[in-house]
Amino acid sequence: MTKVYCIGCGLVTPVGNTPSEVLTAVRAGKSAFRLYDGWPEPYYASLLDREGFEGPSFFDHIALQAARTAVQEAGIDASSARVGLVLSTIKGNIEKIDSEDVSLAAAAATLAKGLGVTTAPVVVSNACISGLAALLQGVRMLRSGAYDHVIVVGAEVQSRFIVTGFQSLKALSLNPCKPFDAQRDGLNVGEAAAAMVLSTRECEWEIVEGAVRNDANHISGPSRTGEGSYNALRYVLEGVSADELAFVNVHGTATRYNDQMEAIALNRAGLQDLPINALKGIFGHTMGAAGILESIVSIKACDAGVVLPTQGFSQMGVEPAVNVSALERKTDKKAFVKLLSGFGGVNGALLFRKGGAR
Amino acid sequence: MKQVSIPSGASLTELYRQWVGDYPKFFKMDTLSKLGFLLTEMLVHDEPDRFTFREDRAVLVFSREGCVTNDRHYAESMQDFPSPALFVYTLPNIVSGEISIRNKWGGESSAYVLESYDEARIWDLVRQAFQDKCTKSALVAWIDCTSDNNWITNAWLVNKTDLF
Repeated sequence: MTKVYCIGCGLVTPVGNTPSEVLTAVRAGKSAFRLYDGWPEPYYASLLDREGFEGPSFFDHIALQAARTAVQEAGIDASSARVGLVLSTIKGNIEKIDSEDVSLAAAAATLAKGLGVTTAPVVVSNACISGLAALLQGVRMLRSGAYDHVIVVGAEVQSRFIVTGFQSLKALSLNPCKPFDAQRDGLNVGEAAAAMVLSTRECEWEIVEGAVRNDANHISGPSRTGEGSYNALRYVLEGVSADELAFVNVHGTATRYNDQMEAIALNRAGLQDLPINALKGIFGHTMGAAGILESIVSIKACDAGVVLPTQGFSQMGVEPAVNVSALERKTDKKAFVKLLSGFGGVNGALLFRKGGAR
Repeated sequence: MKQVSIPSGASLTELYRQWVGDYPKFFKMDTLSKLGFLLTEMLVHDEPDRFTFREDRAVLVFSREGCVTNDRHYAESMQDFPSPALFVYTLPNIVSGEISIRNKWGGESSAYVLESYDEARIWDLVRQAFQDKCTKSALVAWIDCTSDNNWITNAWLVNKTDLF
């Protein structure tokens, strides 16, 4: 089977726009959270600085910025007929719903034009696992043989639409979120854009395998048995020893149900002793960007020989327990799993491994 | 390969009574989900061993508009009292989730948005989805819903052997 490598990445986050800035922030537990005025309820979030921005769409702007950085690092010609584009977002330009075409197709067309991509883009919009599903889509496009490189871009901006929706579901915490902690009481929303160029050209980090599975249980509540998450994990870890893995970077939204469900899935998969970590305590829930952002940060952590800390976690709040990495630890292992779950009963897992040439 | 569609503007309640009748959650769904749910019923109603959990069937839903019709309903509610019942349908993949839940299909479920209806493109993406070694068949649908009484649909039940 064709091997797929990550040959470039780009980030736009409230704590930095380069992998080293972002990694330094995460290692120091530095975030950009603050309380914002809402409609009318306030909300606690990690948002990007819009000061000085005057373009027509902030969403389009950050998606393009992350993508351009990734393309530049990869050194590819984005206009080649052998370069594909996958966009991951949940709500795109939804804040303009009263005045413009807010379809995700329109957002993808704008991004393709900005990058000079000449092949037709595809949007993968699978709720909170979108970024992970988009990376898997990129892997599959490369394995189909029709592309040499695929640019995978995830982005999300926050708006009254999303914030009031989560508030109506009582899913938001008014404090810094606490993934897997006994006192966790909800998620914080976040903004970011993240991009990876995937390629058949050999490089250090490989996406080895990926899977998306449905709980077949409930559209907005996770499975009590962790069914889909467990099945996705089982698929990507077939024939892989847990000893090889540095960690699992989990979804860890800090809602009661999500974290409990992931603990069950990890235990069923026999991964209860493996270090796990969650990054929502730094970035908040960046929705369509999360899968790509958290994968990039995990790659850079492995490169630095560390398992990143889980900001916000202090006391085990799931049963059965899992091995949450509260503080940074050293690791010499060069593989990890990225795990996500979302509304619609979707769950996804990706296995990353370092081993290729520079 | 079995193929079905639902004419734009057809009464979905009548189709529900004709094909289903005993799944009241249907009435909570947005139009996109109702369409996906009914198209699936029309395709698999006579399959043996229905409602037995299976992981070998994917649900792959394509559109241009995604869930924009329901998004407009939520945006209206938001001005007054944001409705959680509407908000949960503001995701393009809830339709694939509803289909998976009804049928106990625990395989892959995904929502894709394309610039326009392009069958060749859809089948390229479906063939790529079959790279998952677990997937042996797929419910594939184009459901483009521009309002609650205006849509274009096409749905297929496809086996791996039909494509390769």
